[in-house]
Parts: sequence; C-alpha cells; structure tokens
Amino acid sequence: MSAGKTVVIDYQTGNLNSACKSLRAVGADLLVTQRPEDLKNAARIVLPGVGHFASTERLMISGIGDALRERVAEGVPFLGICVGLQWLFAGSTEAPDTRGLGVFPEVCEHFPAGIKSPHVGWNSLELVRESRLLRDLPASPYVYFTHSYRAPVIYATAAVTNYGGAFSAVIETDNWMAVQFHPEKSGDVGLKILENFMQVSGC
Amino acid sequence: MLTRRIIACLDVSAGRVVKGVQFVDLVDAGDPAALAMRHAAGGADEIVFLDITATHEKRALLLDAVRRAADQIFIPLTVGGGIRSLEDAMLVFDAGADKVSVNSAALSRPELITEIGSRFGEQAVVVAIDGRRNSGSPESAEVYVNGGRKATGLGVLEWARQAEARGAGEILLTSMDSDGTRNGFDCELTAAVSATVQIPVIASGGAGNVQHFADVFTLGSADAALAASIFHFGISDARTMKEELAAFGLPMRLPC
Repeated sequence: MSAGKTVVIDYQTGNLNSACKSLRAVGADLLVTQRPEDLKNAARIVLPGVGHFASTERLMISGIGDALRERVAEGVPFLGICVGLQWLFAGSTEAPDTRGLGVFPEVCEHFPAGIKSPHVGWNSLELVRESRLLRDLPASPYVYFTHSYRAPVIYATAAVTNYGGAFSAVIETDNWMAVQFHPEKSGDVGLKILENFMQVSGC
Repeated sequence: MLTRRIIACLDVSAGRVVKGVQFVDLVDAGDPAALAMRHAAGGADEIVFLDITATHEKRALLLDAVRRAADQIFIPLTVGGGIRSLEDAMLVFDAGADKVSVNSAALSRPELITEIGSRFGEQAVVVAIDGRRNSGSPESAEVYVNGGRKATGLGVLEWARQAEARGAGEILLTSMDSDGTRNGFDCELTAAVSATVQIPVIASGGAGNVQHFADVFTLGSADAALAASIFHFGISDARTMKEELAAFGLPMRLPC
C-alpha cells in the first residue's frame, strides 16, 4: 500500500463518514480537512459528496479548488465521488449559479423525463476503455448509485452506466479520477475500486 | 441495467434483533451488527434497522448497533423508527446510517422531510407509509399510524405525492392488509403508488415465497422489496432468492 496521507476534503457532505470508513478499510491513512493548505503534503486526495451541486460552492470560495488543481497537476492522484465527479465539470443545471471546477467543459444535467428519478440502486458499469480504478474486477460489475443529475459521456469516460441513456460512471484522465456511484456503499466491488485508487501512482 | 433491490429488514428493540433471520452459527444471533454483516455477505442489497420500541432510554443501544454495523458493512444502511426531529436524524447519521426512514412524525409535521433532506440530501430520506384499503380500490387506501392502529383520513396516493413534493428520496410502502399474511404483497396498491410518484418505491408486507417478490416487481412495479420473515421459509439467504428471481428474468445483482 502506498505511503503518505490520503487527504479527504470535508465540505460537510452526508457521506463523509462512510467514505472515510471505507478508505480506512483498504488501508488509507487519512487526514480529513476543510483547509486548502492541508493539500500540500497529500499523497492522494479524495472528494466525497452526495446531495446538491450547490454544496460545492464553498470549495471554490475556500480556495480548495485552486489548491487542488495545482496538486493534481503536480502528480497527486485525485478521486471524486458522486457530486465530487460532477464538480469536475463546468457546472450543473441543478445549481446554474454554482461554478464547477471546469476540468471538463461540459455541464451535468437531470435525467430525462419519463424515467424514475433519482436513479437509486445497483446498476452495472460498462467499460469503454482500460481503467486503473476497475482493474481486476469482473465484467460489468454492479455498484450502488443514488443521484438525479448525471455527467455526459466525454473523452475521459472510462466506464458508462445506462439509465435513460448512457452517462459517465467512471472518469479517468491523468491524475483526475472520479466515480458517479458510491464505492463506499458498493460492497466488495466498491472496496476493490478504492484499493485500486490507493495503488495508482501519480503521473 | 438497474437491478431490483432486495432489502433485509431487522426489527430491533433495545438494541437487539427481535424478528428476522436466525443463523444458528452466529455466536450472538440477536446482535443487529452481526446479522447485518451476515445479510450483506449473503447478497442483500441494503439493510434496514427498524427500531420498534424507540423509547428515549433505549436509543443509545440502537445507536451503538448502528455504529458497529456501519463500521463493518459497505452497503447502504437505513434506520427507521422513532425519528421525530432533525436532531434524531442527525444522531442516526452520525452513527453511520446512510438514510433515515420517517413515518408518523412526517405525517404530523411534513416539514421534517424537507429539513432532513436539505441537511443530508434528499436521497437520505425515506418516507414510510403504512396503508390499508380493506377491499376497496388502491385509490381508496388510507394512511395509518401507530403500527396500523389509527386511521389518519389521508389517502395513501395523496400522501405519497406530498412526500415526494417535500423532497422524499424514496417511499417505503407497507400494506397493512397484507402484512403478516404471507399471502403476497399488495401489488395493486404498490403499482398505484409507483405510478403516482417519480421516486423509487419499496414494497413491504405479505411476502411468503419467492413468487411474491417476482409479482411485486412485475405486477406491482416495485423498485425494491423488503424481506424480513421470508428467510424463515427455507431460504437461507438473499443470494438464493435472487438467483430464483433472476431465473424469472428480473434484473438482480448476484454478488460474486
């Protein structure tokens, strides 16, 4: 297992505790923080999240956004979970006034009318290209989702899930990694994904 | 494909499981955390703890069980029973629950749904509805409280609609007509609620065999079904049940 602190960003989201528990279960040494300066010595960074896109507002205000961009550019692997994936985009129609980090220029949108929303439960991941996060997992593994907004399929999409059409379930490009589902609630498959993240070395 | 969920429900009183699966090989068969782990390993998609006494004095025992379960299981955990305020909900979330289920307190003060939803996200609020229709149409079904003893005069479909508008993430629908009968879920009522709201509906009450689950997923359009005493009918775990349901053509998560 890789050495160094795994910094978990606390912006008071509901799944912070469960995200921390699952990361500890795969051997991570955690530092949970709200301060951008704590990102300085991070070996890897995790942004949990669940709920409303507007909750990410404080990430930009506090300076976490800028600090994160710097660190990831320097080679620190990042994992965003749920809203933590959506935040990497320019924004979301859920909170048009809240700016995302903008690593990807697209915008997240609500599921189309005519299907049940939120999308709650276990759905399968369909790999579209090689993925470090999904290494050594069975084909089309099931993971637990709970969300009403979704990210489009883009060049960085590593796996999609189909629900009212395909959306980005796993994103991976360089040191930016993110999942729409909740690995902390996805049983053994979820723990394996977190373990894989802990073994990614930055580039 | 999104699978239909099988949710294992454990009735807990004073921190002990009083109904549900008995595993002979468990050292402590009444420990909610130990049973939750067993269900998770056995293929259940989620776990529900229902605190059936929910007295103030015994609350600490439940919270301790939630804490120990949340440390060891990595699938969603819902806690219901006795959630009367945002403070009650916060204690349960702090202990490690992913969702809370609210029932009578939400009926007397529907703002509770919104309060919990804005603090913890709408996905974290399950509104439990106990409905009874005797032999009337699903539209005539009425909401009951106090474990099905007291009628409220409110229609089940109307309350489901209101709960959704207030920000409920899911509806847990228990048919008081079917509950305890083992004659099957109330598929008609479940289908009516499912057609009324956009949010997922969890069916509960009346399961006696695997066919009943197949029926409530197809005829009842349920997104999930609660399994409690079903495991007494010679079915050892959720995995066995899900394999049979998958053979019916229903999408199921079959853990490796």
